Amino acid sequence: MKRVRIRVFRYNPAHDSSARYDEFEVEAERWTTVLDALLYIKAHRDHSIALRYSCRMASCGSCGMMINGIPRLACYTKVYELESDVITCRPLANFPIIRDLAADFGAFFAKHKSMKPYIINDSVDSIDGKEFIQKPEEVDKYLQFSYCIKCGLCYAACPTVATDKRFPGPQALAQMYRYLIDSRDAATDERLKVVDDRHGVWRCHFAGSCSMVCPKGVDPALGIQLLRAYLLGMNRGSKVVAELYSNKK
Amino acid sequence: MVRESSIMKIHYYTGIAAIVLVAIHIMFRLTVPDGYSASLEYENVIANYKNVSYALVLELILVTVAVHGFNGLRVILLELRQGDAWESAVKWLCVGGAVAVIAYGTRTIILAGMM
Repeated sequence: MKRVRIRVFRYNPAHDSSARYDEFEVEAERWTTVLDALLYIKAHRDHSIALRYSCRMASCGSCGMMINGIPRLACYTKVYELESDVITCRPLANFPIIRDLAADFGAFFAKHKSMKPYIINDSVDSIDGKEFIQKPEEVDKYLQFSYCIKCGLCYAACPTVATDKRFPGPQALAQMYRYLIDSRDAATDERLKVVDDRHGVWRCHFAGSCSMVCPKGVDPALGIQLLRAYLLGMNRGSKVVAELYSNKK
Repeated sequence: MVRESSIMKIHYYTGIAAIVLVAIHIMFRLTVPDGYSASLEYENVIANYKNVSYALVLELILVTVAVHGFNGLRVILLELRQGDAWESAVKWLCVGGAVAVIAYGTRTIILAGMM
């Protein structure tokens, strides 16, 4: 067990003219996560701290925050692994602040929605008794991108998002590639028009920080580069839209 | 309206072409019989402009570097600020800048060739 000092960012845009840090000392076991520490503080020291969390197991993506300057999930970050006696918690960068550690995901989700994150295929209307057949290698093309939990860590780490508010961000662009390359999706041209914009996929600097911080092992930077390659016509032949096969005997 | 992918294809192609052409240009400086310094003497420089093939290489360097450079500047300025008025101004500033540089450089190449 060790004692650590947790510095919590405090700011309420409705009342405060400037932000401040409140400091709390807590005892941490080897298994104590930053979220455990914050919830202990909230329960026993200051119940007014605002933070968002839900599943506590890196599935919901709610507890993303800047922990010692790096975007991480608080539930997935152990106090011990930070190897520091002082832990500073801030709201995610590149997001507007609602209060304290709670960030506003409105613009983030709007950008995600603008990528049409669903299968578009007219033949789906007549799917009764039929199904798409996908080969394992066709699934492999998009599988890792479907692990995204929309936690916003990649968006917080992205240097382009920091300067260009119209840039969709790594999460949205990776999801665009995920649906574009899915053989069940038939809206290739419609999708490409969305990202082939002056603030679209071409503005990525390929810093790679998005892929570094992803808690689910997704590689958004790879998705963005594959999307660019697709726009340049380099891997267009890799996608063949699947046909519906009847499974009725 | 030109698609961004088309603009970026031009950006990549002009970048690669500029590297090749500038390499040719530097090789010509390094491989002349009298050495590098002699190649930069006034008469030799003017003689380069009178050689139509070499003048064409210089013109291509001018065009590729101007197009690539001003598009790079456009990208930087688009990331600096956003807004329809700003973005329109940046676009026309960069198109105008590239055209002006190419026109002035072409004029220089032609005048030097006629000396």
